[in-house]
Amino acid sequence: MTDGAIALSYEDVSRVYAGAAAVNHVTLAIHTGEFVALVGASGSGKSTLLRMANRLETPHGGRVLRDGEDIATLDPVTVRRATGYSFQNVGLFPHMTVAENIALPARLAGRSAIDVPAALERVGLPAAYAGRMPSQLSGGEQARVGIARALAGEAGLLLMDEPFGALDPVTRDKLGHTVRDLHDRLGLTTILVTHDMAEALLLADRVIVMARGQVAADASPRALLAGEAGDDAAALVAVPREQAEKLRALGG
Amino acid sequence: MIAALAQLPPLIASHLLLASAAMGLALLIGLPLGLLAARRPGIGSGILGAASLAQTIPGLALLALFYPLLLWLSSLLGGVIPALGFLPALLALTLYALLPILRNVVTGLNGIDPAVMQAADGVGMTPGQKLRLVEIPLAAPVAMAGIRTAAVWTIGAATLATTVGYASLGNPIFSGLQTENWSLVLAGCIGAAGLAIAVDLLLALVERGLARRRRLPILIGAGVLAIGLIGALAPLFAPRERTIVVGAKNFSEQFILARLIGTRLEDAGYRVTYREGLGSAVAFRALAAGDVDVYVDYAGTLWTGAMGRTDSVPPARMLADMSRWMAAGPKTAIVGSLGFENAYALATRRDAGIGSLADLAARAPGLSLGADLEFLDRPEWRAIRNAYGLRFRDQRAYNPTFMYRALSGGQADVISAFSSDGRIAAEKLIVLADPKQAMPRYDALLLISPDHARDTRFIAALRPLIDAIPVAAMREANYQVDRDANKATPEQAALWLQSRIARQSH
Repeated sequence: MTDGAIALSYEDVSRVYAGAAAVNHVTLAIHTGEFVALVGASGSGKSTLLRMANRLETPHGGRVLRDGEDIATLDPVTVRRATGYSFQNVGLFPHMTVAENIALPARLAGRSAIDVPAALERVGLPAAYAGRMPSQLSGGEQARVGIARALAGEAGLLLMDEPFGALDPVTRDKLGHTVRDLHDRLGLTTILVTHDMAEALLLADRVIVMARGQVAADASPRALLAGEAGDDAAALVAVPREQAEKLRALGG
Repeated sequence: MIAALAQLPPLIASHLLLASAAMGLALLIGLPLGLLAARRPGIGSGILGAASLAQTIPGLALLALFYPLLLWLSSLLGGVIPALGFLPALLALTLYALLPILRNVVTGLNGIDPAVMQAADGVGMTPGQKLRLVEIPLAAPVAMAGIRTAAVWTIGAATLATTVGYASLGNPIFSGLQTENWSLVLAGCIGAAGLAIAVDLLLALVERGLARRRRLPILIGAGVLAIGLIGALAPLFAPRERTIVVGAKNFSEQFILARLIGTRLEDAGYRVTYREGLGSAVAFRALAAGDVDVYVDYAGTLWTGAMGRTDSVPPARMLADMSRWMAAGPKTAIVGSLGFENAYALATRRDAGIGSLADLAARAPGLSLGADLEFLDRPEWRAIRNAYGLRFRDQRAYNPTFMYRALSGGQADVISAFSSDGRIAAEKLIVLADPKQAMPRYDALLLISPDHARDTRFIAALRPLIDAIPVAAMREANYQVDRDANKATPEQAALWLQSRIARQSH
């Protein structure tokens, strides 16, 4: 999947909230084409780390580089327009139709109108949804529109902050596969923040475990499951593994 | 009633003009201020607090307060600011309209889902794009509800503009209240309520359009409002010559005399407009400032009020002192006395058996005093109270018309009265003598503004009124307007008075 080029890197990055370090001297490089899952408990700093990649938050120390360029020297608006971003609450604009929501990033960038039916089809929604208002959609459908909007700017980097957090397990599983599929087809670099280790193991090429603002483990799913990434990571992997084994035993 | 409704259209136009100007100004101030208040909650609570404070001041008082404020500002800037009429009304109403606009803009902005704002940042909107594409459209329906409230309040409160000399739908209400011409009051109320309802419905249409994101209702609502406004503005662009403003304070005699003066001036070829219902303290300052060109005031009122004198002097010297004071200070001029006196006095029912203020002093602690709205604050009251040691069981202020009712109905035993009031004779009241001469004389004086002080043509047109109205004639004219049955309008009474004057001079 990776071609070796570094799409995003954190160099000794810290961010402090109310005196406590949410992100504490993190150094990390993410390669173009990687699908990375950022896993950790609430308050582990995973969301903060993600949000520093498109300048929704600013580091108090260290540098964040995109394609080798320090983003602190760039206009935040430019950085965000060059990034696909979707998050748990979706944040569809309630006064705009589905089509207007999806077309917005292109419109902001001053590009000509995008192919809305194709964008909907990409996330598995019928073209007829274009004229609907967000309030007429189910939670899963809204999340799909949010992903379509995040992809509509044609940014190479897709940041997803618990995008499936509020969805039921079936919808969640389907959407996860949709995203992985899009990642592969469009050649994206994707960072997915999740607290669900099973989801991370099943979707990502690389799982980064965050604990107390620092990287506790950074390995492939296979290496994590084999216990090669240390005790913290092994404890996190143990839960989904046990669940899978119990399910298998139940099924006989 | 039809005659009363017929005089509404020009008043509706000027009423609408004032209300929309105030709304426009309030929006111009309120929308950005509301945005600031939503962005900075610290500043916001201060702004909303100040707007709420302005709202608690009664509308009438707010208007009245702007008059001296503007006079003072005008004196600082060399007299360029008109202190009466449109401007004070505009400022007071603007202040009044601010609160609902501010509050709803803040509520509308604060009510936007934080996730939506996060998404706006996430897709890379600039602060300007966030405002234009997200915050304004999402806050608009709530803000619009506040604008509707403000519009209805403003149209209602604009009736009070009459008291600072701006022609509004308050004109028929105030003059109708004074003269108990209920069809006038009703006509004014119908006009104001009708206007408020119409504007509210049109704004409701706009609000619905905003909420449902439909363009048609917005266009219809805003379009009809714009057409109405253009209609109201049209008379402003018609060519106009300089008109004479005849002032009147807020009681029947003043309304009648204003019409009498106005008719005289029209006969002499002047165009005349009226500013009626002015407060006693406002009237003379309005004359000095040139906002009013001519009106009738009373010697004692000027002596104790504008001149601030507390001493008593013989009548001849009083007039001479007054002319000297005017020439030196406000530059207004006295054309002369109309020939009657309208003295402040206390009056009782005949059966009370009291003849003078000296008799009254002994019985006052068991009696109730009914006074007109100004009397208890006036120096004349302090003068007789101190001279005779008057202490009443209680004292209440009434609208003059209701004050007489209170006396005949027994709620008051003694009332403040005017010696030229027709009701004194008609209701067989006793005017209490003032043996200590504690009250000054109240000759009705015809006063003109500084601009006309040496205007011989203007003075010549008014001259025939000097010494032409005996107190009996004035009482009769007043009674025609004030009586309960078969009431005349001030215009009709003025015509009658004019014919009386004409008969005398032959």
